[in-house]
Amino acid sequence: MPLTREEVTKLADIYHIRLSDEEIALLQDQMANTLEQFESLTQLDTENVKPTSHAVPLATVLREDVAAPSYPHDEVMSNAPDKQGEFFQVHTVLED
Amino acid sequence: MEHYDITVHGARELLESKQISAAELTESVIGRIDSVEPQVQAYMTLTEDVAREAAAAADKSLSSGDTTPLTGIPMQIKDVMSTKGIRTTCSSLMLENFVPLYDATVVERLYARGPVLMGKGNMDEFAMGSSTENSAFHPTHNPWSLDRVPGGSSGGSAAAVAAGECLFALGSDTGGSIRQPAALCGVTGLKPTYGLVSRFGLVAFASSLDQIGPLTKDVEDSALVLNAIAGHDPHDSTSIPGERPDYTKALTGDIKGMRLGIPKEYFGDGIDPAVDAAVRQGIKTLEDAGAVVEECSLPLTSYALAVYYIIAPSECSTNLSRFDGVKYGFSVDDATTAWETQEKTRARGFGPEVKRRIMLGTYALSSGYYDAYYMKALKVRTLIRQEFEEVFKRFDALITPTTPTTAFRIGEKTGDPVAMYKSDTLTIPVNIAGIPCISIPCGFSEGLPIGMQVMGKALSEESILNIAYTYQQSTDWHTKRPTL
Repeated sequence: MPLTREEVTKLADIYHIRLSDEEIALLQDQMANTLEQFESLTQLDTENVKPTSHAVPLATVLREDVAAPSYPHDEVMSNAPDKQGEFFQVHTVLED
Repeated sequence: MEHYDITVHGARELLESKQISAAELTESVIGRIDSVEPQVQAYMTLTEDVAREAAAAADKSLSSGDTTPLTGIPMQIKDVMSTKGIRTTCSSLMLENFVPLYDATVVERLYARGPVLMGKGNMDEFAMGSSTENSAFHPTHNPWSLDRVPGGSSGGSAAAVAAGECLFALGSDTGGSIRQPAALCGVTGLKPTYGLVSRFGLVAFASSLDQIGPLTKDVEDSALVLNAIAGHDPHDSTSIPGERPDYTKALTGDIKGMRLGIPKEYFGDGIDPAVDAAVRQGIKTLEDAGAVVEECSLPLTSYALAVYYIIAPSECSTNLSRFDGVKYGFSVDDATTAWETQEKTRARGFGPEVKRRIMLGTYALSSGYYDAYYMKALKVRTLIRQEFEEVFKRFDALITPTTPTTAFRIGEKTGDPVAMYKSDTLTIPVNIAGIPCISIPCGFSEGLPIGMQVMGKALSEESILNIAYTYQQSTDWHTKRPTL
C-alpha cells in the first residue's frame, strides 16, 4: 500500500527538504515498495540479540589532547556560498 | 601491448629498467584518455597538468633511485575522496564546485609514494547506486559494451582501469561499490576489512559500512596498492590500530590444504546460469590447485539486503544533513529565510536516488519506526556477523559469484529502484559483517565479464589475496582487455 501524501510530506519537513508534487507522488509508491522488502526481517527472532552499530568492535577511542594548528581561516571560508568578513552569512533564522 | 594496458607491477619493471620514462607512460595514458574518454566517460575531472608535473617529479626520483612500487604510475581517484586544490564533486550538483582544503588520508599516503594523478572518477551521486547512472553529470559506459553500465557506484574507476585510462584506481565500497563494478568491467576489486584503511577525507555515505580499496588489473597490483593505503590513522577513530603487513609477501601461489566454503545461498535462483557455470569452473580451478572445497550454508544471506537498505539510508540521512547551503557547496539565491535556504538547496542540489535514500533513512529513524526498522536491522546485523564467524571456524575463505548477472543495459533498471538494489544482493553481506572480500574476473558470457568473490574473516587480506593470486596464476581472464 502506498504511503500517504501526508506521510511523505511530514518526513520532508523533518529533514528540511522541499519536494515537488511529482516527487512526492513517486516516493509514495517507491518508498512503500522498498519498505515491503523490509517485512522479511519480522520473521527473525531478535528478542535477546544485541544490536551491532559497527562491524569492528571498538571501545571509545581516546588520545592525548595535543595542540595543533587549524586550517587557515580564509581557506576554510573559501568554499562558503555567502560570507561577510570572517563570518558565514545566513538569512533570518528567527522571525520578528 | 600498449603501455596504458600494462599492470602496475609490469610498469614498475619497465620504469626501473629505464625501458620507459614516467613521462612516456603518462603520455600513453593521456593519449588513451583522449581517444576513448568521449565514449567511456569514466572521469569527472581530468588533471593532465598535475599528471605531467607528477610524472616529471617521478622521473627525477627514478633517476636518483629514490623510488617506491608506485612511483610514476598513472592512477585515478574516485571523486568521493578529498583532493586538496582539486574539485571533489561526489558526482553531485551539491558539490559541483567544491575544492577541498586537505587531502584524504589515502590520497596523502599515495602522494607520498609518487604515483601520477590522472583525474577523479565518475560515480553514482554520493556513492548511491549500482550503475553510475546516478551521476548528476553523465553516465559512464562499460568498456566491454558501450550500451551497458559499468556497475556502481565506483563505475568510473572500474571502467577507467578496464579501458586503460589509468593503471589503477581507488574506489569505495559500502554495499559492493568496488566489487560489483570490478566484476562487470572485468577487473580486480578489493574491499578491505572495515577499519584497515582510513576513511578520513572520504565523503561519508554510510559510515559504518564505507571502506576504501583498490581497483586494479590483477591481484599483485591490488596488494601493491593496499600496501600504500592501509594503515592506522589517528584522524579516523574507527581505523584499526597496529602495523599492517607487506601484502605482496602473502602471494605465494600455494593454497594446498586451504579450506574453501561454497555457500549454497549464493547460487541457484536469480543467478544467471552463465555466471553460475563460470564461478563453479573457477572453484574447480582452486580445487585443482590443492584447496579443499566443501559446500556450506549461510541461511541469513537473503536478509542482508533489507538490513542494508535500512542501515545505509539511515546513516546517509544523518551524514548528508551537513549540506545546508551555508558552509560549502551549492546554495540557492532565491530564499529569504535560513530554513528556506536549506530546503531549496537540498531540493535542487540532490538527485532522485539521494532524495529517495534520505527519505527512507528519515523514515527508519523517525519516532514510532525506529525500533521496528533501524534497531531491528542492527540486531539482524549481529546475527549475520555471527553466522559468518561460525562459518569461518570451518573455512579459510568463501567463494561466490560477485553479481547475479553480467552488466545490464543503460536505462534498464533506472525506473525500478528495488530491481537496481537487488544487483547488490551478493556483495552486501560482506559490508554488513565488515569482512574483506576481493572480486576477480573468472570468465565471460556473450562478451561480458563475470566476477568471482573470495571472502575471508576480518583481517584475512593476506589469505584472500593469495587465493585470488593463485587463481590468476593458472587463468588468463584478468589479462583480457576490451577493444575500444
